[in-house]
Amino acid sequence: MTDRLPGFSTLAVHAGAQPDPTTGARVTPIYQTTSFVFNDADHAASLFGLQAFGNIYTRIGNPTTAVLEERVAALEGGTAALAVASGHAAQVVVLQQLMMPGDEFIAARKLYGGSINQFTHAFKSFGWNVAWADPDDIASFERAVTPRTKAIFIESIANPAGSITDIEAIAEVARKAGVPLIVDNTLATPYLIRPIDHGADIVVHSLTKFLGGHGNSLGGIIVDGGTFDWSKGNKYPMLTEPRPEYHGIKIQETFGNFAFAIACRVLGLRDLGPAISPFNAFMILTGIETLPLRMQKHCENAKAVAEFLAGHSAVAAVNYAGLASDKYNKLARKYAPKGAGAVFTFSLRGGYDAGVNLVSNLKLFSHLANVGDTRSLVIHPASTTHSQLDDAAKVKSGAAPDVVRLSIGIEDKDDLIADLEQALSA
Amino acid sequence: MNHDNYDDNYIRSILNGVKSIAMVGASPVNVRPSYFAFKYLAQRGYDMIPVNPGHVGKSLLGKPFVASLSEIGRSVDMIDIFRNSSHIMPVVDEALELPTPPKVIWLQLGARDDAAAAKAEAAGIKVVMNRCPKIEYGRLSSEISWMGVNSRTLSSKRAPVPTQGMRLSLNRTSVGGGATSASDRAAKNKNELT
Ligand SMILES: Cc1ncc(COP(=O)(O)O)c(C=O)c1O
Repeated sequence: MTDRLPGFSTLAVHAGAQPDPTTGARVTPIYQTTSFVFNDADHAASLFGLQAFGNIYTRIGNPTTAVLEERVAALEGGTAALAVASGHAAQVVVLQQLMMPGDEFIAARKLYGGSINQFTHAFKSFGWNVAWADPDDIASFERAVTPRTKAIFIESIANPAGSITDIEAIAEVARKAGVPLIVDNTLATPYLIRPIDHGADIVVHSLTKFLGGHGNSLGGIIVDGGTFDWSKGNKYPMLTEPRPEYHGIKIQETFGNFAFAIACRVLGLRDLGPAISPFNAFMILTGIETLPLRMQKHCENAKAVAEFLAGHSAVAAVNYAGLASDKYNKLARKYAPKGAGAVFTFSLRGGYDAGVNLVSNLKLFSHLANVGDTRSLVIHPASTTHSQLDDAAKVKSGAAPDVVRLSIGIEDKDDLIADLEQALSA
Repeated sequence: MNHDNYDDNYIRSILNGVKSIAMVGASPVNVRPSYFAFKYLAQRGYDMIPVNPGHVGKSLLGKPFVASLSEIGRSVDMIDIFRNSSHIMPVVDEALELPTPPKVIWLQLGARDDAAAAKAEAAGIKVVMNRCPKIEYGRLSSEISWMGVNSRTLSSKRAPVPTQGMRLSLNRTSVGGGATSASDRAAKNKNELT
């Protein structure tokens, strides 16, 4: 008899969680503790040597956080996951397993501005070099491959303009180059797009956004697709060489198709230290239970707002892949048939000043630097999230000076449209 | 048997059914995967026998090493082979010549030999390849969830508090029959390259 496959919404509520063995508590308890007692010296040694399953210290793992990890791994269709303090921490921990000083990775030019900064400046001081490519020109990724390339990094739905990336085409470039494809799936969430199904090897998220979904907790996660053979070409010594800090264990040989997640935990998180608080893990886990319902509403509202803006005389252009006329609509129909997400940009005929005016006249939308909240949000990327980029880079990343970004919440769509209408005519 | 993708029920029935396991290639070195697996399976109540001609005279967690399968001197339910793919066939041949052949032959993570598997299956032996019994036991019991691993199982039942040496229930609801499409793809990619 073959097992029946539970659906996405069932996994969003149940995966990873089980009634607490000691108390019977049905909701996953918040294990707000730094450390866990050992049964005896042999048990302690087995845990430290990675020979036994179990908890040691919350920087390395925690039972509340483990439920969050298994749940996101299940939703993404991966073999394992590791939750960390933020989306940015997830990116550092992933690349630390892959890169040595002097190595390179290729990144799509259309990314969250903070990621562009992290890659350009912070990573440079580690000796990790980024080569930029244009997600609308697949050949630009091919041209960027060199013998020192160790990974390719893209966003599935790119911040800020909500453009859709052709994951399968870039996965093919990665496969030919013999490097893993890392996809930041923050703006899509696995409800809209599951990058591993399209050829990604590693998925990262800022859990801070739609997965947590309520704007109350920072978090990040790394999902191991279990798809990459780290041993080929001897390019990834963190995974294949004996690890001196674990008496010579070889991570891939020991952990098979979830070796990457284990490397991130025992070589990355353990030593770099960006652990998520169990309380934040609990808040995000609670958010994920309603992810399918919220994403449906986010997408429905976003489409209605985008249609309203596209028909408004003060608006010069709307970039929303869910609109039939949009440049990315074909990719959206292929990769995100349930909806094109809820983060997009538009530009005003009145340019920069009209954008600034609009933001100050809105009454329901909040002016702040986040996306993926139940509340609708607005920001002017050129003066905030993307302000550290020069003008040419701003335009290339979709954050030109006249552009306003919206993150549409789950309020009543008529109220959102009415607020935009009054602000545009004020 | 489709050796790219095992149904959870297949693995579950093997792990629930076998009691004695001879581990060919077991290592006394405590950072080797075979040592991890041997220790874990012994703690979960399996009757473990280390087989390795290089270590005869020593013992592994109190169990004396034997040089070969024929020297175990009694029947075993399962043979777990910790050898490279190129060394599988002779072990399978030896297993088939035992007075009572095993019910199951299990090849460790990374090891696969389709011809040896077909030969064992023709003799009525169940075969598992490129898997680790420790990982599969941990996954089906969900004990492995402590490490953020996707157990691909669900349960709404309250589990007993685990104590040392306890057999765990493996009878949880499976999510997707035992392997994600992603891990199937990994197996295929691997075959493409070798
Ligand atoms: C697409 C994307 N990736 C990563 C991040 C960084 O996440 P965090 O703020 O949790 O570090 C963000 C945050 O805005 C984001 O939008």
